[in-house]
Amino acid sequence: MITTDICIIGAGPVGLFAVFEAGLLKMRCHLIDALPQVGGQLSEIYPRKPIYDIPGYPSIDAQDLIDKQMEQIAPFAPTFSLGERVEGLKKQVDGSYHVIGSEGTMIHCQVVVIAGGLGCFEPRKPALENLDRYEGKSVHYMVKDPEKFRGKKVVIAGGGDSALDWTLHLSEISSEVTLVHRSRNFRGAPDSAEKVYNLAKEGKINLLLAHNLVSLNGNGTLQSITMSNKDRETVSIGTDYLIPLYGLTPKLGPIADWGLNIDKNAVEVDTFDYSTNVERIYAIGDINTYPGKLKLILCGYHEAALMAQSAFKYVHPNEKLTFKYTTVNGVNSF
Amino acid sequence: MENNLITIHVEDREGVTKELEIPTDINLSLMEVLKGSGYEILATCGGIALCATCHVEVLDGADNLPEPEDNELDMLDTLPDADDDSRLSCQLRLTDENDGLKIRIRGSLQ
Repeated sequence: MITTDICIIGAGPVGLFAVFEAGLLKMRCHLIDALPQVGGQLSEIYPRKPIYDIPGYPSIDAQDLIDKQMEQIAPFAPTFSLGERVEGLKKQVDGSYHVIGSEGTMIHCQVVVIAGGLGCFEPRKPALENLDRYEGKSVHYMVKDPEKFRGKKVVIAGGGDSALDWTLHLSEISSEVTLVHRSRNFRGAPDSAEKVYNLAKEGKINLLLAHNLVSLNGNGTLQSITMSNKDRETVSIGTDYLIPLYGLTPKLGPIADWGLNIDKNAVEVDTFDYSTNVERIYAIGDINTYPGKLKLILCGYHEAALMAQSAFKYVHPNEKLTFKYTTVNGVNSF
Repeated sequence: MENNLITIHVEDREGVTKELEIPTDINLSLMEVLKGSGYEILATCGGIALCATCHVEVLDGADNLPEPEDNELDMLDTLPDADDDSRLSCQLRLTDENDGLKIRIRGSLQ
């Protein structure tokens, strides 16, 4: 069990700056992030893109900003659980929280700060009636154990690399594989696409291009899937499993089940201190929403500062908060 | 047509079409314009072609739009409900050429 003052969910620029603002008020932080490195989108998606609206930097590359922020918070010795997504939250009798990670890490903290940015990336689902009835049984959004599909009939939907790769892999162990793609061609790796075309030519898989899923048919157990082309001509294929591989899309994830007020995939906060409707839980940065919200890194920094002032009362309930400038007091490391 | 002002036709999820007058000198993407005009679009990723919730179908005027770049095509390719007329509105910056553009809002609300 890790014990800390504040558990920050998300190690992007705003989560990192929250460590600094908390540190000035003598509050220790532990950060947990689903990505294997700090920096959030900046390091994962656009590390070499310049950012122009960070005060004091006419232009700074995203990764450089993260590197400098890590240097800035080093005096406050934050600790990290990277490559681990938050799965659960348990309120303790004294008001503190246990944050539980997907790898089993347990973090005991006085305050939870959600700085999750876009949220976590989850598989995109097709809009099909009764989809939830089959999820987890006949419909799987990822292949965890290919052996599950040995000797079974499988329909794979999608046209990216993972759809192509799993088609190739499962064609060797499943009794029948059908690949359905809405387009006439594949944008995935040309090598894999070539192999898929060849398997189709040899009659080893069914390839349905320019087709979309229309319905899942069965009584609790999936029996067949109906698909149609542009001219609305339908075809039904008997199957045991459907594996939709439509890429990933950002979602709130488990946070959505914590009783927080949510509006359009964002957590509603009070702009007084960026607190949520649940005591001791704050939300800062791109993941929150309030009237006038701007999804800017610099707005997230401001939110982090006000959050820290408010969170102080939970971490140091018997101390009086006095506001001090770093120019007067400096940065006193832990 | 006045300079720097174009009219586009937007069909919402209920099938109601409205005309929007859009200045072309404000450097906003079509996604930002639609959101600003009160259309319900999540735009979770804020305009970096990562969530596809600003998906639109171009009904008329596609030829006058800029060609999609790879990241937009890759993202569209993963969408279960995209077709050949699909674009991500966050990647579209409108110019005077786009007067008369017709689109239908398709992006997911979840």
